[in-house]
Parts: sequence; structure tokens; C-alpha cells
Amino acid sequence: MSDPRQRFAQTAADLVEEDLSVALVYAEISGQYFGDVESRHPDRVVNVGIREQLLVNVGAGLALAGMRPIVHTFGSFLVERAFEQIKLGFGHQDVGGVLVGSGGSFDIASGGRTHQAPGDVPLMDTLPGWTLHVPGHADEVEDSLRLAVAGDGREYVRVVSQQNAQAFPVRPGRFHVLRRGSGATVVAVGPTLDAVLEATRGRDVSVLYANVVRPFDSRTLRAVLASPEVVLVEPYLAGTSSRLVADALSDVPHRLLALGVRSEEIRRYGTARQHVAAHGLDAAGIRRSLDAFLVGRGDGIAS
Amino acid sequence: MTLLTALEAPPERSYDDLPRLMSLMTGDEKHSAAATSTLDVLWVLYDRVLRVGPGSADDPARDRFYLSKGHGPMAYYAVLTAKGFIPEAWLPRWASYDSPLGHHPDRVLVPGVEISSGSLGHGFPLAVGTALGLRAQGLTSRVVVLVGDAELDEGSNHEAVELAGALGLDNLTVVVVDNGSSTHNRPGAIAGRFVHEGWHAAVVDGRDHTALERALTARIEGRPTVVVAEVEEKWA
Repeated sequence: MSDPRQRFAQTAADLVEEDLSVALVYAEISGQYFGDVESRHPDRVVNVGIREQLLVNVGAGLALAGMRPIVHTFGSFLVERAFEQIKLGFGHQDVGGVLVGSGGSFDIASGGRTHQAPGDVPLMDTLPGWTLHVPGHADEVEDSLRLAVAGDGREYVRVVSQQNAQAFPVRPGRFHVLRRGSGATVVAVGPTLDAVLEATRGRDVSVLYANVVRPFDSRTLRAVLASPEVVLVEPYLAGTSSRLVADALSDVPHRLLALGVRSEEIRRYGTARQHVAAHGLDAAGIRRSLDAFLVGRGDGIAS
Repeated sequence: MTLLTALEAPPERSYDDLPRLMSLMTGDEKHSAAATSTLDVLWVLYDRVLRVGPGSADDPARDRFYLSKGHGPMAYYAVLTAKGFIPEAWLPRWASYDSPLGHHPDRVLVPGVEISSGSLGHGFPLAVGTALGLRAQGLTSRVVVLVGDAELDEGSNHEAVELAGALGLDNLTVVVVDNGSSTHNRPGAIAGRFVHEGWHAAVVDGRDHTALERALTARIEGRPTVVVAEVEEKWA
């Protein structure tokens, strides 16, 4: 399995080579991967230095000139630091672009809070019209990026190190139905899938997989729903998709468990794996949450 | 231009029409300083400098004008009206719910408006991106972006000054309309900040059309250009 961030960088370089309308703008981060393509296409591969406000608006300005920009740095600096540039540079100007934020919630766990961005997807979710890709495998990173660049819309691709054993096709607006059961429906988003599959082993539940979380596939959720219980497992702030579930099931009395990264600052370093566990997003943590949520239900542990 | 569009095109108006057009928005002959400080720069750009008109508003090779300082856009709307981009009938009801003309311009709503502005410090960085995009496509057109002297308070502009200088974006011109409105204003300091980053700079009287035309048409190979257009002090 290749590294998702390196796969992003290779795919971005390939797209610059393949398509004269594609430009890659970055702000130092990942520069170690872009040397070759930058030397071949210095007019379309631009390192703006440590200037994230400029990074985003240069991308938008390229789009205003008719180009298809790929704009990249860590998610924290891209979405959180330059959020108004995203809001006004792309949506308000009514131009398209592809933003690629790496690092996610805890790839850089040892870097501390400054490099942890569990708020990137919820922030992007306040803006209309963005397709939000949360790939859970390097192959999905490549597929998401190629699909995003081929279109003309506004796309955010969240690239993180953690990945699942298996890749699934990228189909915006359609979740994958991995298991059908008679109990609750568990929606695993991106890299949480392997832990969800392990935590639900032996349970009579349905499992959906979302590697693109906006648009939210309400239709599949309703179609699969067997009992009126939904569990969201998201690798960014818990509850980000809760309102979409509420909207999808507005005519169905239901219960919702929304798992994800908790909002309080835990002030810990260490590894991504430790942070996943600290937020209850490893298999053991998800299983504990499911046990409590589904206690007394008929879809408890089999045998 | 076809005969039909020639017949439908509104009459070309002159500089002398601008006060009347602005009064359609203000309702009297008084205009705020923020609106009029830009008037002469805007007129010279659209009358003598920019290769763009209503017939070429979608041409990829047109010159771009970005009004970064979106505050007080009456002069901008008046010039766009005089040059035939928008109908005069739009002016009296500006900023009403059904009007395409707001207190800050929206490119989606107004023909000829290249960027939606209002929040300060965005237009100049956008212009850097567009200058790069034109250059990458082999287009020789230019980008001119208007900022206010107080708008330069925003740090995002300084990121743009540095990068455009480093990359030698000679298809980019920044015109700073300087009415001394920045709170922590150091008179005469603006041009030097750009020169320090490798820009060609000119400081001109912002009411002198000949001087503005000469400065705004200059294009120095390998260097971006800043034109500081000095006008009456806002608080004088």
C-alpha cells in the first residue's frame, strides 16, 4: 500500500503533465515531492512560500483566468488559517478549484494542536456547493483527485496517513453498502472503516462506507435503514454529519450516535494511533460506544 | 461588433457625465470621499488604458481590472455605465433588494465587474493568481488592481507584494489610491515598500489624467508596477 500523501503528490504532478489547464499551487508543504514537476512547468507549479492567505487567493485568481487550480498545504493552514479566502475566493467569485488538505485530525500528533485540524471538514461544510472527499485509501486519494480535477466544481480532498485495507470506488453522492443487517445502520467515513468493520463483527447491523461525505447520500441511508438507529463514525469533529441524518430521517422517529473527534483540546503528543484511541475511534472504542448505544437491543453481540 | 449590438449599445458618455451618473445613486450632488477618491483613476483606466469593453467582457485575452477596495463603488458603477457595461436605469435603485448593484460589487450580478469585493485584502492576491494564469496560458493581457492606502493595512497584501516581486510578474499593475486614510499612516512610505521587493514604482497626482495614463500604461520587463495615485486627504 502506498502512502496517501505521496500518492496525492504523484497524481497532482501527473495531472500537471497531462493537462495544460491544470496548475498546482502550494506553500512549502510537500515541496519535497514537487521538485521535478516544478522544474519542468515553473509557470504552472508555484510555491508561494509560507503565505497561506496568498496561496488560496492565487488559486482562485488562476481559476478566474480560466485554469483549474490544485491548492495544497496542511489542512490546518489551508482551511482554518485561510478560511475567508476560501469563502470569498472561490464560492463568492463563483469559480471552481480543488483544495487538498493533508494531515487531517492527527497525522502530525506529535506536532500538537497547531498541526491538528479536526475542524477542517466541519468548516468546509459551512460553505455551499463543495464536494468533500474523505478518502480512506491511497487508491481513493488518486481517484478523488482525478475526478475532482476533471470537473469544474469546488472540491476539498482530505488526505491522511491512516488508511483501510481495501479501496472502494469514488462516487460522489453515493455511499457504499458493505453489509446489510436487521439492526442499526453504521456509517463509516474514510479511514475509520477498518475499525468500524472490526467493531461491528458479529453484530446484526448494516454498514455503509462514505469516502465522499458531501453530498451526503441520504437516499441510501433511508433505503438501508432496518431499525431506526444510526451510528456515524467520522474522522473529524463528532457530529459533523448529524444534521444531514436528522434531515434525511425527519419523518422517522430515530436515535443517533455521532462518533468522531471530540472538540476539547486534549494536549497530548504521541502517535496518530494513540489519538485515534483517545477519541474512542479505534475498534475497541467504537465497540464500547456501540454496546452502550444498543444495550438491550436485539442486534447485540451474536452468540 | 454586429449592426444589431451597435444599435442596442447605450450611447458612449464622457468624463463630464460622471457627476450626474453618481448623483443618480446619492440623490444629490454630494459624494463621499471614499467614492470619489477613485474616480479619476477609474476613468483613465477604462477610457485610455484597459483593452476591455462591453463587447470583449468574456474574451480570455482581455485586460482585467480588479477593484479590490470594494467600498464606495459609486464611481466604479458610474464609469461602467459611461462605458456601456451596465444600463443607467440600474443606478437610482442601487443597494435595494432587487438591484444588482450593492454597496460592494458582485461579479456574478454586474456585467464588466471582474471580482466580487468588499472584504479588504483579497483583490490584490487574486490579481497575482490571475497574472500567473494569464502568463501560463501565453496571454499578453494585463491585470490592474486598485487598492486603497488603508487597505494595505491587511497583511495579505504584503504576501502578494513579496511574491509578485520575486516572480517578476510584469503583467501586474497595482494602483494604490492614497487619500491618507490609514490610521497609522506614514506619508510617502507606500512606494518604498514595493520598491524594496523589486517593483517598479511611480507616484503621481491622482487627479492628473495625463500622468495617470503614462504611469498606468508603463510595463517594465521582469518587474511588476505600482502606481501610487495621491488624492486629497480623506480627513483633511
